[in-house]
Amino acid sequence: MIIVGIDVGGQNVHIVLKKDGLILGKGTTPTGIKKAEAIEALYDQVLRQAGFSRRDVDRVVATGSAAKRVSFADGFISDVAADARGVSKLFPNARTIIDVGAEEGRAIKVAPDGKVIDFAINDKCAAGTGTFVEAMARALEISVEEMAKMALDSTKSIPMNAQCAVFGESEVVSLIHQNIAKPDISRAVMDAVAGRVGSIVRMVGLESDVMLIGGVAKNIGFVHSLQNNIEMDIIVPDDPDYMGAIGAAEAALSGNLE
Amino acid sequence: MEFWRWPEASWVNPDINWKKGKFITAGVDVGSVSTQAVIMVDGEFYAFGNTRTGSDSPNSAKKGMDYALGKTDLKLDDIDYCIGTGYGRVNVPMAQQTITEISCHARGANFMYGPEVKTVMDMGGQDCKAINVDNQGKVLNFLMNDKCAAGTGRGMEVFANLIHVPIWEIGPRSFQISREPPSISTTCVVFAKSEVMGLLEQGIPENEVIAAYCSAMAHRIAELLKRIGIKEKFAITGGIAKNEGIVKRLEKELGIKTAEQVWCNPKYSKKNYPFDTQLAGAIGAALFGHELLKMGKVRSIRG
Repeated sequence: MIIVGIDVGGQNVHIVLKKDGLILGKGTTPTGIKKAEAIEALYDQVLRQAGFSRRDVDRVVATGSAAKRVSFADGFISDVAADARGVSKLFPNARTIIDVGAEEGRAIKVAPDGKVIDFAINDKCAAGTGTFVEAMARALEISVEEMAKMALDSTKSIPMNAQCAVFGESEVVSLIHQNIAKPDISRAVMDAVAGRVGSIVRMVGLESDVMLIGGVAKNIGFVHSLQNNIEMDIIVPDDPDYMGAIGAAEAALSGNLE
Repeated sequence: MEFWRWPEASWVNPDINWKKGKFITAGVDVGSVSTQAVIMVDGEFYAFGNTRTGSDSPNSAKKGMDYALGKTDLKLDDIDYCIGTGYGRVNVPMAQQTITEISCHARGANFMYGPEVKTVMDMGGQDCKAINVDNQGKVLNFLMNDKCAAGTGRGMEVFANLIHVPIWEIGPRSFQISREPPSISTTCVVFAKSEVMGLLEQGIPENEVIAAYCSAMAHRIAELLKRIGIKEKFAITGGIAKNEGIVKRLEKELGIKTAEQVWCNPKYSKKNYPFDTQLAGAIGAALFGHELLKMGKVRSIRG
């Protein structure tokens, strides 16, 4: 049986193609403004890569904030459910899932069988999301990747006053003017995002194993700051940004769809 | 071109000879986005300068004051007392003391709009404050949003830059529409940017997108006013008061009229003295200075 999971997020689309439980193809592309076109193009690319055509696929399940833009989907699943399914399948000991994406941060408490017990979401404000980190990297005139590594070299912790990404940019600029070292500013940004994410996580409660997924999980500086904030170890899976798509593909097997 | 750049201004009152005045006081309001200096002669509006705040506050305060002095034959040494206010008030080198911008805006709105004002909304660069005041312009209570750029002047600047429309055209253009569009649904300015891009991509006319953004901003401000309990006469101060696209939509949402932007003092309105809503804080500060001198609570520092 060939199944496909598509996760259309605030910034990127992720697609996973599975056959008989094995991932045979995957890919990601920026969502952009023309979402439907981006989805179609990526789908064809993943199919080509795996050596299949659209006719070979048994079921397509979509998730993510713009899931409805997948016109050819057979079903939909909420992003919280997709996260829980994807992670629980690969990491059965996961009890707390933290997903930090471009435009959303969420914390999910899951039961041993992968069922969602409770969750909390911030999708109202860019503070505590990948977009915040990107805006600050722009103000620092470095890449997010550089910033992530640089934060680990920081020798002192400076609190950021601004919560808002718009005000944060001016604050970063004024920190640069005060000759604060870039690693210290980078860390201040990561600590600020971790503070916001940490407060969402505490709303559902913390229980190990704690998994961190979503695009921002690839940011080592953030992972470090979040560990400090929640005072617990965090596990980051390989391809943390594909977990939603993997969860959607899993859901294609079960039939519990919208 | 930088679309957020609003014009700077300065003015001197041709009907006042400062040399005949007893007390010359100044108020300097260093905000996050703009800086105003106002000079008063015996509590009468004499001169002002309205400039953009630069990256360091002391220089911005000086620039604002130089601007206010520019058209006068007054020197800094001729000023009896100066009060700093605003976000950067601790960085006003020429000030003898500081007073919070909340007190100053309340006092300034009372002077500009009249003693009947009961609620003042100060819509500033990086925050907005809803203030209930008494007939002396004293603060009864206030609520403020300084955590989030939604509903602030900075948020509007970001939008103007994004849509490439000069900020002073936003208000008028928001009414050049064939139907009132639904408001932008996201609160966060950063997310609103993607929503705006999406709407433009869908072919929604630019002026409708501007209207949708103005409604969102008006709604954000209305929420604060509903929480504090808005009372008429209701006056708006700060830069956003100049954007009728927001003011008119705010009036509609609240079902309340905003006070007309004219001097309550008939002498001032008849002579057409400039009525600049951004000056309220600096006017309030200069008035406090005058009262303190008159009551003998502080001493003149005039050279």
